[in-house]
Amino acid sequence: MIRLEKRPNPSRAVGMMTPVLAVLLTMVAGGILFAALGKNPFVAIKTIFYDPILGEFAFYYRGQLLVKGGPLILIAIGLSLGFRAGIWNIGAEGQYIIGAICGAGVGLAFYPADFWFIFPLMVMAGAAGGFLWAMIPAILKTRFNTNEILVSLLLVYVAEQLLASMSLGLLRNPDGAGFPGSRNLRQYEAAANNELIAGTGMHWGVAAAFVAVILAYILLNRHMLGFQIRLTGESPRAARFGGVKPNLLVVFCLGTSGALAGLAGLFEVAGPAGQISIDFNVGYGFTAIIVAFLGRLHPAGILLAGLLMALTYIGGEAAQATLGLPAAAIQAFQGMLLFFLLAVDVLTNYRIRWAKLETA
Amino acid sequence: MTEALLNIEGLTKAYPGVVANDDVSFRIAPGEVHALLGENGAGKSTLVKMIYGLVRPDSGRMQFGGAPYDPPTPHAARAMGVAMVFQHFSLFEALNVAENVALGMENPPPQRQLARRIREVSETYGLPLDPERLVGDLSAGERQRVEIIRCLLQDPKLLIMDEPTSVLTPQEVDILFETLRKLQAEGTSILYISHKLEEIKTLCDHATILRLGKVVGECNPRQESARSMAEMMVGTALHTPTRGEKAPGEVVLDLAALSVASANPFGTSLRSIHLEVRSGEILGIGGVAGNGQDELLAALSGETPAPAEAVKFCGQEIGHLGPNARRRLGLLAAPEERLGHAAAPDMSLTENALLTGAIREELVSGGFLKWPRAQGFAERIIAAFDVRTPGPGNAARSLSGGNLQKFVIGREILQRPACLVVNQPTWGVDASAAAAIRQALLDLAAEGAAVIVISQDLDELMEISDRFAALNEGRLSAPRPAKGLTVDEIGLMMGGAHDMEVAHVA
Amino acid sequence: MDLSSINPLVLIAALMVASTPILLAAIGELVVEKSGVLNLGVEGMMITGAICGFAVAVESGSPALGFLGAALGGAVLSLLFGVLTQYLLSNQVATGLALTLFGLGLSALMGQGYIGIKPPATGDVNFGPLADLPVLGIVLFSHDLMVYVSLALVAAVWAFLKYSRAGLILRAVGESHEAAHALGYKVVRVRLAAIAFGGACAGLGGAYLSLIRVPQWTEGMTAGAGWIALAIVVFASWKPWRVLLGAYLFGGVTVLQLNLQAAGLAVPVEYLSMSPYIITILVLVIMSSNRGRAALTAPAALGRSFHASS
Repeated sequence: MIRLEKRPNPSRAVGMMTPVLAVLLTMVAGGILFAALGKNPFVAIKTIFYDPILGEFAFYYRGQLLVKGGPLILIAIGLSLGFRAGIWNIGAEGQYIIGAICGAGVGLAFYPADFWFIFPLMVMAGAAGGFLWAMIPAILKTRFNTNEILVSLLLVYVAEQLLASMSLGLLRNPDGAGFPGSRNLRQYEAAANNELIAGTGMHWGVAAAFVAVILAYILLNRHMLGFQIRLTGESPRAARFGGVKPNLLVVFCLGTSGALAGLAGLFEVAGPAGQISIDFNVGYGFTAIIVAFLGRLHPAGILLAGLLMALTYIGGEAAQATLGLPAAAIQAFQGMLLFFLLAVDVLTNYRIRWAKLETA
Repeated sequence: MTEALLNIEGLTKAYPGVVANDDVSFRIAPGEVHALLGENGAGKSTLVKMIYGLVRPDSGRMQFGGAPYDPPTPHAARAMGVAMVFQHFSLFEALNVAENVALGMENPPPQRQLARRIREVSETYGLPLDPERLVGDLSAGERQRVEIIRCLLQDPKLLIMDEPTSVLTPQEVDILFETLRKLQAEGTSILYISHKLEEIKTLCDHATILRLGKVVGECNPRQESARSMAEMMVGTALHTPTRGEKAPGEVVLDLAALSVASANPFGTSLRSIHLEVRSGEILGIGGVAGNGQDELLAALSGETPAPAEAVKFCGQEIGHLGPNARRRLGLLAAPEERLGHAAAPDMSLTENALLTGAIREELVSGGFLKWPRAQGFAERIIAAFDVRTPGPGNAARSLSGGNLQKFVIGREILQRPACLVVNQPTWGVDASAAAAIRQALLDLAAEGAAVIVISQDLDELMEISDRFAALNEGRLSAPRPAKGLTVDEIGLMMGGAHDMEVAHVA
Repeated sequence: MDLSSINPLVLIAALMVASTPILLAAIGELVVEKSGVLNLGVEGMMITGAICGFAVAVESGSPALGFLGAALGGAVLSLLFGVLTQYLLSNQVATGLALTLFGLGLSALMGQGYIGIKPPATGDVNFGPLADLPVLGIVLFSHDLMVYVSLALVAAVWAFLKYSRAGLILRAVGESHEAAHALGYKVVRVRLAAIAFGGACAGLGGAYLSLIRVPQWTEGMTAGAGWIALAIVVFASWKPWRVLLGAYLFGGVTVLQLNLQAAGLAVPVEYLSMSPYIITILVLVIMSSNRGRAALTAPAALGRSFHASS
């Protein structure tokens, strides 16, 4: 009989090992899944995890790594602050959409003018859009004690409808022959978020993600606010005793994560996606939740986890093309990863003992 | 010697890193009130959990009524006639009395019938209870009645009581003892767990004394002095705190008609509390648990805001200020719950030092943390208060109760408070740590600080306070000089016997 | 626009059908939460149930077997959550989210071969002459069996929690797992049973969508129904009959906005489509701002992990 025994101190070494263990377990379970789908599991795993980085066509994929990883990291950093404090923003997808709509809206309002300040203005509008969208659950929570999990999530569906309405109505390309979707911002120089270094996938959004990682690290480890965030997550009552104002933290955490998700949306719409369209959002806001946990809510961990998750997207696409692996298999694979991570997380605080049968 | 009801031989139970019970043997005769005496951590609760079927022993044997006894679950223990009144954790606040009773019985009758039986038994034993009321709305004393009635309805042969008097006023204790004597007269054996020696001397026929998991002595408590039993229990001669005589100084903290609604729906609201504490004095606040102690601490620490004018600190109105603003002025507090309120369990001692020390110890500048300074502060607390830990990097939860409590109290004292409020400073703490903490509080007052000690341990309050007041249903009695107060007077200040009556059993 | 095309009786009858998936999922989640567990994976369990039910019904040709398969699929998936949270003590919020993300992926994977297929039809219950009654006939006696099953389930859960000993133990575990443990009740087992029941109910709700309400399989077809079910449990203050009220209220809004769309109300379709979500949020706000005793109905141990220390 297996018994769990609480460690006197949480183990840091185990804490760092658990994501690796989870990834390995997911590869095994994923391999079984792929085999069940009639694919060679070894080839599939290699196609997903190895080829995009070191394979024959890696030069193409490597750039994609940053393109996909950038928004994931940016959103996950924001989410991790709240998750640490026990404030659950799971509506980043909605904030991402609203950020993109606001940012693109500002850019398109200037079309076809060419001022240097258009892009910075769009960035601000994107952040503000995400921030304000996240303020809805924040204010409802602080004023009325409404559950932020449900509100932020339900607002995703509202945001999706808004997106549809925008791409069919207000922001529709007047020269688009009636097709849904806005003008392509990449073809509008003043508003485009183009690659900073050609071929690397590096754009302003990726740069913002790196900055966010560094700032989050400083906040959590060196600043009182970061200490209060961690304290609230560990023990809300001790936090109040320590002088933390819970409502302020709710507003800060939801606001920051909303603004970062909004930024990610803006950089995406002005860059890789190019336009507002009905299917603009592809689930980054939800995948970022996995990224945040896989990175153990630690900025450096999130950086690595974001890149790894980007790899599964890219590798998944490659496997789709070469092996005919369904796209949904990758989605299930990512969900599995989060499961395994949560399962092995127990080892950080508990050790496993083999014990004789006992009531308890 | 008569045939024993319960015979325990060589029970041993080890947990990782600690042997909770080491070769424990004793016997309880039918109709005997048997005391199990020991400090916190002596292994009393592990022992009764084994008798009640919650924990299985590693080795050893038990016999009940002459037959081998090894209950795998509490259900089995109850079926054999063993019942237990818990100190904590066995009632459900959002369920009513009858439902709570039903949950503790093996084959409860239908609710309506059960309600009638609860009324009958509660009247017979002088423990009035309304079966329809929510347990969350009951006082601590009433909650204990629920537990006792739950046991009595099953006609137990052995009744285990774990620290039953910690939630009762002295008058209520007398009535409880009447009930227990009635039970004893009916032939029920009682295993009575306590560290209160006077109670044991009045009630018990026999005592087994535990220290560090071992039986260190047995005695007839009526023939022993409290002091000799205490020394058996602790193992060394006790250090009695010393205090210097000193006239109190200026008024430091002044509460005027402080009324605060409790944040907890089952909590007690504070009603129009008046008090003054002067520099250099210790004000002891007694009262049965759940009469507003947590709420009073929260109102003084700043966790719950109050009207500005209701709390005055050195003449300044501070009722509206939060915890950190009060710390800046010099009003510090240490709440009862160590893990999860006074300290964050999974955070290191350094981080926990930062928790309240950030302002007065200047551990932060411009919002940025000075980790080396915080660690230095933690190390000073560890050194000054003899906190046993490998170092400040260890998590708070890795410390024993006594050591963590020394850390928590030390953290506040080292910040040189003008006024310190502590709630249950020695609750669940071993005797030597308790003595050290009491001495530290006395020293703090001697240096000129005003100290408020909220406690349910009357002996502790009598030992260290200059003046004494009691909380009863959110109201505070007028403080009186502690010297010369009799137990009866204290009991009346705590609300007397509430609505308890002496048992009606003929 | 032509409001006269909306027949109130048909509307009520349609409302009952539209509410059933959420009602099933919500009544299951209510039991889970009463045992002190917060399972945010309702959406994932519903969509898994939707595809399991669909696949079984298509392969076997029997909708009844389909519903059985859906309940089983939902329960199996929920036990994944159960093992993680109850044995491995993982965070319930995070694990629930994982369940949803995994369920969405898994269902999409399982549904690869079922897109564009029509499931076998589920017939309405034949009440004979009752169905011809004016008003009541169309409102009460014109539905498929699952509508009545869902109503019976609400009644059964209510009676179970209020009158049975097992229900009392379940509530006790949800109030204080320490106390329940001290009295010798198996906290983890009780909770696992509740979680599995919740999963089965969510699975049934999902299958109702794919087999009766829509009826076909599309990826992500639950479209937030699981989250709305969670909101309805809060709205209902953990009381079974109020879950029914909440679900029918939500169903009413859904059906009404669909009718308004059809009637050509001069509001863009997208704004009508978002109205059920916005109204759910508003209802949540109203319920949660009502603090004090009402908040007490939430199980005290909700969302807390239990690990027996002894």
